[in-house]
Amino acid sequence: MNNIIVYCEVKDDGKIADVSLELCSKARHLADRLNVNVDVAVIGNNLKGLEDELFTHGVNTVFCLEDKRLSFYQTLPHFSVMTKLIEREKPYSVLFGATPVGRDLGPRVASYLRCGLTADCTALDIDENGNLMQIRPAFGGNIIATIICPDVRPQMATVREGVMKQEVFEKQKNTAVVKLNASEFLNEADFVVKIIERKLEEKKIDIKGAPIIVSGGYGMGCKENFKLLHELADLLGGEVGATRAAVDAGFAEPERQVGQTGVTVRPKVYIACGISGAVQHRSGMEQSALIISINTDPHAPINSIADYVITGDAADVVSKMIKYCKSNSKK
Amino acid sequence: MKKEFQIVVLAKQVPDTKNVGKDAMNADGTINRAALPAIFNPDDMKALEMALECRDRIKTENNIDVKVTVITMGPPRANEIIREALYRGADNGFVVSDKRFAASDTLATSYALSMAIKKLGHYDIVFTGRQAIDGDTAQVGPQTAEKLEVPQITYADELIAVTPETIRLKRVLQHGIEIVETKLPALVTVHGNAKECRSRHAHLVIKRKNTEIPMWTADDINPDFERLGGKGSPTKVKNIENVVLTKKESITINSDDEGIRGLIEDLTASHIF
Repeated sequence: MNNIIVYCEVKDDGKIADVSLELCSKARHLADRLNVNVDVAVIGNNLKGLEDELFTHGVNTVFCLEDKRLSFYQTLPHFSVMTKLIEREKPYSVLFGATPVGRDLGPRVASYLRCGLTADCTALDIDENGNLMQIRPAFGGNIIATIICPDVRPQMATVREGVMKQEVFEKQKNTAVVKLNASEFLNEADFVVKIIERKLEEKKIDIKGAPIIVSGGYGMGCKENFKLLHELADLLGGEVGATRAAVDAGFAEPERQVGQTGVTVRPKVYIACGISGAVQHRSGMEQSALIISINTDPHAPINSIADYVITGDAADVVSKMIKYCKSNSKK
Repeated sequence: MKKEFQIVVLAKQVPDTKNVGKDAMNADGTINRAALPAIFNPDDMKALEMALECRDRIKTENNIDVKVTVITMGPPRANEIIREALYRGADNGFVVSDKRFAASDTLATSYALSMAIKKLGHYDIVFTGRQAIDGDTAQVGPQTAEKLEVPQITYADELIAVTPETIRLKRVLQHGIEIVETKLPALVTVHGNAKECRSRHAHLVIKRKNTEIPMWTADDINPDFERLGGKGSPTKVKNIENVVLTKKESITINSDDEGIRGLIEDLTASHIF
């Protein structure tokens, strides 16, 4: 009763999706304030060993349902398991990653239970009355809305990938693995949708996990100048990011886009080169630990969230940075 | 063999959030909807195309009558998008509009839409856009599917095959694609990658210019009134903040060699680089 349940997303390679571990970590902090447990529901085929990883991220109970038919995510079987589990456990809150899977499953589950669901949250907190505050950008990123569900439990939310920190905790004193019985939780009718074919493309570019991101905007001027960003990123062991305008101009691949319609990142260092800092971009990077802004315009909006402001031509400044990084590493 | 095949499209009229001008926000942080043009939600437009494509294929391959009906919930002026759909080839359309729907969250919206679909009587496929650009929640599709107790296929970007009994679609995954097939009835949400909608037809514009677009009120869909509008919406807005930048203490670095060298040395010394 009154625990927080995290829906654990398992990828095709059998690993837990990063967003699920981020959610477990966040849920641990919320649960400690509420003095409740963090439980996880993990559904699939061959789930052995996943519980240990979940326990190191602050989880108390792992509810686990394994079945041969569940190698790949499908809406209806996961819906059946989640609704039955939630009806039995009566949690305070249920959290999903705002991934294609979480955003397919969450609404169907919330609809069945007739409870509230807030999409694509970027922050979670608890208000003075013990309600879960679900915070999300809305209206094209121009406003930030805080949503609560004062009268209905559980409070459900999908949470954007990459915005919460993945943390390692000491194993909780009360941990358990509870196996759920397929015959009790699944019906034959849950398998009406057939997967005919499934093709995965391993994403070549993934900037989400990079500790340092050197990011370029339209102000870089041309694709040629983006090579400088790559050179600096390589020197620092980082990745290159880009704004939507830079991607639209063909300076960088769409996978590198940071911001509301791209990825959300929170690296150790974010170097914004020729980026003015539209709200849609800032929402995807403002949680970076350290922000360096390089812009010809001293009043660029991004400067107000930057730790270091360099007013100047980005290509010129980045060239100098490359030069001094090289000479520094020689010492 | 079924004699009649009914395809429903759920569409929404939305403020054009991609073109937000300076006057789009009121001083108190609320949205000045009057300053934004109202458009046919882009994903819903693609859902309309997939519905029309389904109709064309079933009609050609099977000798049955197929209708595409577009439903929207919103203020009376939302009939503009129904008319747009008629110009592009939809057969029927109506607006579900009532003050008692005001302040609906996605749960109350999907309930009202599902009751409107049930009022049609028979339906085979429901298409809708993946998400609307004013909310970006992508929740109403799956929630409506649950209310109708039919399977959902989300993020479809290509119609592979359709028969009077089944539909096969390609759907977009996070890192790849999947082809799935289900028995009908089913609900499909259409991804932004899908084919653009066909243009208006000149002859349809002439023919449909004065077509009366029916408006249904809450009473027409026989709802449980407790489940409509604000009363039927578990989520409440606690606070809305206009996005304003909070000024952070920042250190200004000179862009000359001296400045950059100093910065790199400092960051290296403090193990940041």
